[in-house]
Amino acid sequence: MGKLFAVVVTVITLISVSFFVMHTWWPPTDISTTGPAIDRQMDETFVETGILFLAGQLLLGLFVWQASDKNPARKIKIFPGGSTPLVAAAIIVVGIEVLALTFLGSKAWAAINLAPAAADSVHIDVQAEQFAFWFRYPGPDGQFGALHPEKIDEANGNYFGLDPANDVAARDDIVVGTLTIPVNRPILLTMHSKDVGHSLYVPVLRIQQDFVPGLDIPVHFTATQTGKFEIVCTQLCGLGHYNMRAYLEVMSEGDYEQWLKTQAGQ
Amino acid sequence: MHDTSAQHAVHQHAAPTGFIRKYVFSLDHKVIGKQYYGLALLAVFIGMVLSWLMRIHLGWPNWPIPLLDKLSAVGAPGGAMTPEYYLSLMTMHGTIMVFFVLTNAPFAAFGNYFLPIQIGAEDMAFPRFNMMSFWTTFVAFLVMMASFFIADGPPIAGWTSYAPLSAVGGDAGPGLKVGETLWAISIAIFCIGSLLGALNFIATTLDLRTKGMSLARMPLSSWAWFVTSVIALLAFAVLLPACILLVLDRTAGTSFFIPTGLVVSDRLQPHSGGSTLLWQHLFWFFGHPEVYIAVLPSIGIVAHILPVFARKPLLGPRASVGCMIAIGFLSYMVWGHHMFVSGMNPFSANLFSVPTLIITIPATILTLLLIGTVYGAKMRFTTPALFCIGFVSVFISGGISGFFLAQPSIDIYLHATYFVVGHFHFVMAVASLFGVFAGTYFWFPKMFGRMMNDGLGKLHFWLTFIGVYCIFMPMHYLGLAGNVRRYAAFTDDYLIPLIPVHKFITVAALLTGAAQLIFLFNLIWSRFKGPIASENPWEGTSLEWSTTSPPPFDNFGGKHLVVYNGPNEYGVQGAATDYVMQASPEKVVTG
Repeated sequence: MGKLFAVVVTVITLISVSFFVMHTWWPPTDISTTGPAIDRQMDETFVETGILFLAGQLLLGLFVWQASDKNPARKIKIFPGGSTPLVAAAIIVVGIEVLALTFLGSKAWAAINLAPAAADSVHIDVQAEQFAFWFRYPGPDGQFGALHPEKIDEANGNYFGLDPANDVAARDDIVVGTLTIPVNRPILLTMHSKDVGHSLYVPVLRIQQDFVPGLDIPVHFTATQTGKFEIVCTQLCGLGHYNMRAYLEVMSEGDYEQWLKTQAGQ
Repeated sequence: MHDTSAQHAVHQHAAPTGFIRKYVFSLDHKVIGKQYYGLALLAVFIGMVLSWLMRIHLGWPNWPIPLLDKLSAVGAPGGAMTPEYYLSLMTMHGTIMVFFVLTNAPFAAFGNYFLPIQIGAEDMAFPRFNMMSFWTTFVAFLVMMASFFIADGPPIAGWTSYAPLSAVGGDAGPGLKVGETLWAISIAIFCIGSLLGALNFIATTLDLRTKGMSLARMPLSSWAWFVTSVIALLAFAVLLPACILLVLDRTAGTSFFIPTGLVVSDRLQPHSGGSTLLWQHLFWFFGHPEVYIAVLPSIGIVAHILPVFARKPLLGPRASVGCMIAIGFLSYMVWGHHMFVSGMNPFSANLFSVPTLIITIPATILTLLLIGTVYGAKMRFTTPALFCIGFVSVFISGGISGFFLAQPSIDIYLHATYFVVGHFHFVMAVASLFGVFAGTYFWFPKMFGRMMNDGLGKLHFWLTFIGVYCIFMPMHYLGLAGNVRRYAAFTDDYLIPLIPVHKFITVAALLTGAAQLIFLFNLIWSRFKGPIASENPWEGTSLEWSTTSPPPFDNFGGKHLVVYNGPNEYGVQGAATDYVMQASPEKVVTG
């Protein structure tokens, strides 16, 4: 029975690891300036934890195999040195790993979350609601109109609660359902929610950030490739949660300017 | 550490004679332990069926599930689940499993039954509190179940019940009118039961140890229940007021968790000034220690059982206790790792990440000590032994993925994906349940005086061990590919190619679930037909094996045991047998 366990645990371990090694299921290719640091961090963690995983499972299998030896002459053996070498090994090996991961990882985190957005960022206001994302651009005047929750009127397309009758800045605000951005330019999103919690998850940008009702949350990034990519909601927000999505459209600088002009003219 | 004086003056309550006092409102910790076990068994069956329904829906969304429309004509018209009903089942699955199974079975059930016996006490310190703990928990369960039978249906806000979705009421969606209120009330009641239980465990451990049972001589299982009860006391004491505040927000017009200016279902909400992150902080301050409330008792159970079948002492028992205490301590410093992407101050991420990573050190030590215990053993491969070594394997698998999620930068990508689902199911659910299975096969002879069938037990082990890897390992792959959790269907372009993996998981979940019926059958059949168990069928050393199977009402038939040895005297050279019992005056020569 012990030998069977050793074989089964070894087979399970090798199959489990092989799918990671072969990258059978893997994150989509990153298209951001900050993503490579996250990917590198993930790769390093895979190597370090992969060694621990293999060592732990295979050692367990090996010892169980040996413990199944029914030879009556065999004497029970205590682990060489008792518990001390294992405790020391755990503290040293895992301790070094913890330190390494913390120092390397905190840099990747800092680049995304602690560094301020570039001053020349394209500023876009994002609102999440059950079950859609809306993206607002300040328009030719460069000013966002003020928000008035009581004026929200979905039926007439006033998703943000703007008051163009009394607020000049709101009159030229552009509101669209697709996050349209220029390539290779820093983008600053200000995220807020109309109703409950939501989250903005863009796998290709390695970005995930919750919308927290009551807070305006800044997120900044730079996309390095043009194309159309998916944005999904990752915070449980109600019955339509699974269907809450939008697209990210990354355009060349020229296309983006043209798109802005077209939108402003409408 | 000193020997506390024996508190054996008089058994605090006489043996009852009537049915009601004997089996229903019993003060006997053994009956209460069985009641907790029975409740956990009922709850795990319901929770498992809910997971089957969810898995079938995820693999084959349009397939009408027979009889499901009988449970909810609105939620599953014609048997095909609506997205909101999926969320209802998901919420109830998580809630039932975390609270009524993973907290009840390894901690409340086995702890109640065996903690007093293992320390040589005749009962818990406060038998009436103990009875109240169980019946309070039972009421909590009834209140939770009631939401299945109301027009509104069960809540859809998840077991984490994040505000404001959970706080603003029916405007936010189905199940959030009455169902969510029932959820919050049920959990508040559950907290009261758990707090009473935790106090009782602590007092019992500190005050009722028999002569010679120093803390150092307590079995690892008793240590784990003790440490867990301290964690539970602090954790549930925070969740209780949080739930009360949530109920007030929902029913009394307060705004603890609801900020100003929310427009839900086209209605400006009449709330102002609350903080949605406050709920998350309060919930996870409880929620992370809860992980250890679920898994520490199982670690203790495995550390208690493994040496019995390895026929050698546990490696580093003191280090193991130290690690449990360290984990309990650290568990209160890490709650923010559930909130890396929540919008809390990004500077705090490192503050929560470092202790989270550090917690892997005592967890690794515990694991290595268990592996080191197997080294050089002459293993008796009984069913409980298999579940113990299986525990070590799944605990490694679940623990390893924690390294990824503990790092805020990686968590940005993996947060809220199936990677997290795979991680916590392995480390919290499967590991904890493997401890419960090991404990069940091990202690069943003591609890019921009959042996369980070992052949069926082994079949159950193999199907379960392979099954859980087929279910939860692929979830890590899905998470890597960006598969979001809590989705009722996968309609996004990039998720569609992942559906075959979901189908594989569904088939594995159904088969593994079906294998649990073997366990259920074994449990019921052995209760009535199993071979009669002797006093000490496994040749264990701890005090539960120094009394009859099952023990008499006062546990030791009027005897006051004196403890001479630690619980770890296996493979003893020169003894009459290869082990020396804790209550045996036989001298153990340590070399």
